[in-house]
Amino acid sequence: MSDPDPATPSAPRGGDWVRRHHPVTRLWHWTNVFVVTVMLMSGLMIFNAHPRLYWGHYGANAKGHPDPAWLDLSHINNGVPFPGAVTIPSTYSLADARLWHFAFAWVLVAGLALYLGWSLIGGHLRRDLAPRAAELAPAHLWHDIRQHARLRFPTGAAALHYNVLQKLAYGGVLLMLLPGVILTGLTMSPALDAGIPWLVDLFGGRQSARSVHFLCAAGLVAFFVVHIAMVVLAGPINEVRSMLTGWYRLPSEPEEQS
Amino acid sequence: MILSRRKLIGIGAAGAGGLLLGGCDRLNQTEGFRDGLKGATGLNQRVHRLLVGDSLAREFSEADISPVFKPNGSIAVADPAYRAHLAQGFASWALRIDGLVRQPLMLPLGALKAMPQRSQITRHDCVEGWSAIGKWQGPQLGAVLALAGLLPEARYAVFHCADMLEGAPYYESIDLVEAFHPQTILAWRMNDAPLSEPHGAPLRLRVERQLGYKQAKYVMRIELTASLDGLYGGNGGHWEDARGYQWYAGI
Repeated sequence: MSDPDPATPSAPRGGDWVRRHHPVTRLWHWTNVFVVTVMLMSGLMIFNAHPRLYWGHYGANAKGHPDPAWLDLSHINNGVPFPGAVTIPSTYSLADARLWHFAFAWVLVAGLALYLGWSLIGGHLRRDLAPRAAELAPAHLWHDIRQHARLRFPTGAAALHYNVLQKLAYGGVLLMLLPGVILTGLTMSPALDAGIPWLVDLFGGRQSARSVHFLCAAGLVAFFVVHIAMVVLAGPINEVRSMLTGWYRLPSEPEEQS
Repeated sequence: MILSRRKLIGIGAAGAGGLLLGGCDRLNQTEGFRDGLKGATGLNQRVHRLLVGDSLAREFSEADISPVFKPNGSIAVADPAYRAHLAQGFASWALRIDGLVRQPLMLPLGALKAMPQRSQITRHDCVEGWSAIGKWQGPQLGAVLALAGLLPEARYAVFHCADMLEGAPYYESIDLVEAFHPQTILAWRMNDAPLSEPHGAPLRLRVERQLGYKQAKYVMRIELTASLDGLYGGNGGHWEDARGYQWYAGI
């Protein structure tokens, strides 16, 4: 840390170097960058095999009698909606995409399980991610949304902690999107449906679960897009450095900028 | 320091991008990497056995049956002997059971219909992602195999089919855990009518805890074997040989 002002040791100011992101968070973050990308790209190849989504237990496209689909991309690009640039492998192979998807799924599941356990026991969830009641007040939320929309991000000591929009986004990924994509993924296995039938029923049937699986994946893509945009706008070097090394330079207050 | 980190990040990003675009395809063709991926498939199968055990696939009600059950894969058979049997309603057709059995058998369709029947309304899940619900009826495979009597070396039941796909005869195989599962039946009836040709007349396998490509249609012969090596492409099934689908089809 660069010589903190001895007069105010407990109040870091803009420009100060601080430690941010526990090594466990950094390790899990970069593991996910890799694993979620592999899961998404192999998943898009698997989706290409049947680019239609349904609600309920069944859903198929019998010739002339297709079951009603809420999303049908089968008319795009000759029935292969996602191009090779975004799929694994890049040429059509459902079999190979499944090999990748079901192998890397173990890394995703193990990583999430360990990180959730660590966050619960170590207090990361309660301390850093759980929004405080005051933060959830509509006026506060609206204020933060407006500040974000104007690209005015917290500075100085306020940037030591996640703001409420970050808490909701990160908490949503950790507690909803990733568990959702994993649990719905499990329900697409006919063997596991026999072993743990309540899980597929929780989602309203295998085809509903397949739809939710796709929607969770889409949610992760949406998070990724906003996340990258925020990193770029908030200062990519500082942000990426803090996730790599743990060192973060508190953004300066606007009036202090020279 | 900052600059070198910047450079490092740049190299990292370029490396990640390169890996994703070209590297995945190259990795996909690397034998050692593929073996690693397939190792995970073996792990999945063992974990499933542990978690799923003997549990039954969900059975649905009549109201849940798909309005139209999509026929997939072969929907017609060219073999002249098959067509002759189809024209005669399979009156003189018989299922052959051989290989590692005490008593090889020829079981006429009538004999299979006369055995104790199991009827089940189950969900059929295609590897592509779609599902259809249908009602199936036939004798349990375990009871049929018991008639022939298995030799101790028998490990797999191999289903030889009348249809050809992409120039190769269709076949599939399951292990004895699935073969003797109570819901594993040789269905000759679907949705309260004899199996139609698109759905596999006269007989198709139903192995309800696995994907559609295991549900062999037009079953002519069941061979009990100790190994899947040396059978056709050696991977235990047509799609396993032709496309590289996993032999374990529980996912």
